[in-house]
Amino acid sequence: MTEKYTMPDDRGHFGPYGGMFVAETLIPALQELNDAYQHYLDDPDFVAELDADLQYYVGRPSPLYHAERWSKALGGAQIYLKREDLNHTGSHKINNTVGQALLAKRMGKTRIIAETGAGQHGVATATVAARLGLECVVYMGAVDVARQSLNVYRMKLLGATVVPVESGSKTLKDALNEALRDWVTNVDNTFYIIGTVAGPHPYPAMVRDFQAIIGRETKQQCYAATGRLPDALVACVGGGSNAIGLFYPFINDASVKMIGVEAAGDGVLTGRHSAPLCAGRPGVLHGNRTYLMADDDGEIIETHSISAGLDYPGVGPEHAWLKDIGRAHYANITDEEALTGFYALTRMEGIIPALESSHAMAYTMKLAPTMKQDETIIINLSGRGDKDMQTMAKREGIEL
Amino acid sequence: MSRLANTFEHLAKTGRKALIPFVTAGDPTPEFTVPLMHAMVAAGVDIIELGVPFSDPMADGPVIQRASERALAHKMSLKRTLVIATEFRKTNQHTPIVLMGYLNPIEAMGYEAFAKAAQNAEVDGILTVDLPPEEGQQCRELLQARGIDSIFLLAPNSSEARIQKMSALGSGYIYYVSLKGVTGAGHLDITDVENKLTLIRANTSLPIAIGFGVKDAATAKLISALGDGVVVGSALINKIEANLTDVERAKNEICDCLVAMRTAMDERS
Repeated sequence: MTEKYTMPDDRGHFGPYGGMFVAETLIPALQELNDAYQHYLDDPDFVAELDADLQYYVGRPSPLYHAERWSKALGGAQIYLKREDLNHTGSHKINNTVGQALLAKRMGKTRIIAETGAGQHGVATATVAARLGLECVVYMGAVDVARQSLNVYRMKLLGATVVPVESGSKTLKDALNEALRDWVTNVDNTFYIIGTVAGPHPYPAMVRDFQAIIGRETKQQCYAATGRLPDALVACVGGGSNAIGLFYPFINDASVKMIGVEAAGDGVLTGRHSAPLCAGRPGVLHGNRTYLMADDDGEIIETHSISAGLDYPGVGPEHAWLKDIGRAHYANITDEEALTGFYALTRMEGIIPALESSHAMAYTMKLAPTMKQDETIIINLSGRGDKDMQTMAKREGIEL
Repeated sequence: MSRLANTFEHLAKTGRKALIPFVTAGDPTPEFTVPLMHAMVAAGVDIIELGVPFSDPMADGPVIQRASERALAHKMSLKRTLVIATEFRKTNQHTPIVLMGYLNPIEAMGYEAFAKAAQNAEVDGILTVDLPPEEGQQCRELLQARGIDSIFLLAPNSSEARIQKMSALGSGYIYYVSLKGVTGAGHLDITDVENKLTLIRANTSLPIAIGFGVKDAATAKLISALGDGVVVGSALINKIEANLTDVERAKNEICDCLVAMRTAMDERS
């Protein structure tokens, strides 16, 4: 790539993807948000406050850790982990919620809403809302409420109201629908903190920009550790915020391969998966055009993944664009393979990854042996596995 | 002149306002919808908004969400909604049909194929909730070339510039969403609607239909005094939901409700 990457355009398009496909009541709210975001993006006070929060509240920079033992065992490339799991609240989600909460405060909004799948974004939102003393309502699919009960409890402890969503497939997409319905109703005083790089413009670009701290730090840390750019970046992709956060600062570095790993669930051939980039088609959902899991009539089909955070039928529009132009590649990993990644990192390095991040681990186990020992892979370890203890114990037949 | 323009012109001449029911195609079964449409015409409605079921109806309240789910359970789709429209047209040439739904089913069919199919089904207008004019130019032009109106929404927080844009790009009528919220919400404020309508009137010559939150004959009457038409959806679908085992009864209750609205709207105040 010789030209500098400048996506999206001023109406939020990444080529044919992205955009602002919403009901009329949300148009003024999105315009207000975009104006505020464009203003504060370059405001020195805002940037200084955000930087201070990231350093002292989130705990940045997060380390870039050389997984030496695991690299050696796999016998190929050197594997480094970007330790987003060490952030306050245990995942990369807080990078974005801290940023959006500061925006909400400056815009004078008094009420925060969010959707959540695994609960990581819900916890990260409830956390910043507690800190700013803002009312917080989190929408969560009823299925996810059941499988991520620990995070539900954390959100409640933090003072948030968790609303189980009983419509549709009762997972992340339905939580997003319900959050949009809330926003339409309470648009005057409410700020909607979307947790991923999806939704209508300006969310995909704004969330990316808040998450790009991951890639900026990684670049510096990689130079410090290896003296050069990495050869490959690997990250799991549900909506795709941790992946874009890692990839974005490297987009113009053509030598760096970028691989997003989708959740193949039972396998993409079974139809029970969450891999729209690998096995879906373009369409419009939740305010943007992107790859979706939909049937021939355009109805959204139910997704499946062991990890609630990847259980989503769409994907951020920028990933759709990066796929089409060939700048990033998208692979998929089944539930079973993800578990192999989960156990490998746990036993080889003493780090328990989230089931979402485990998809990136499992893909790396295939990739690393095909590369040379002086090459470098950086994986975004986007979250820690504490929230998945019940799911894992249950699979092993253990009652906690 | 389009069927919609014709209808509003005729109503204006007789000093009446349009009564516009919204029902979801295929709710609770595909066979129910065509007879229901004819019965509603007999009850005095002027235009029918036919909802195209979608798996993720983001702007709809629980009542219309469940209507969509019931219809989808019978494999209702955009294609089959067009079959329903075609069937209705066989014996009714005068009542305009407006398809109301979400963009993804249209994307899946393809804009060109959709415009053609809608024309063949003699559909009169398309209202796509999540397709604002900025994103909808191509679709709008394809429909316009086939004589199909694109109906846009305006909301309580729409700016004057926005109103002018919808007036310039829309045709048939403007759908004014009377409250900030989802369909079937319960917090309609007549004074707010009245104030906003003054601003909209000043910026468009298109007829204005008002919907969201119209529950009964009394509200319909109040609202009809402000606009050119009244849209009622959730209040009708409630009748279907209450009579899932007796659809004839559902149809009768819907028609009773519409007759009451028609009567109230036509009374001289």
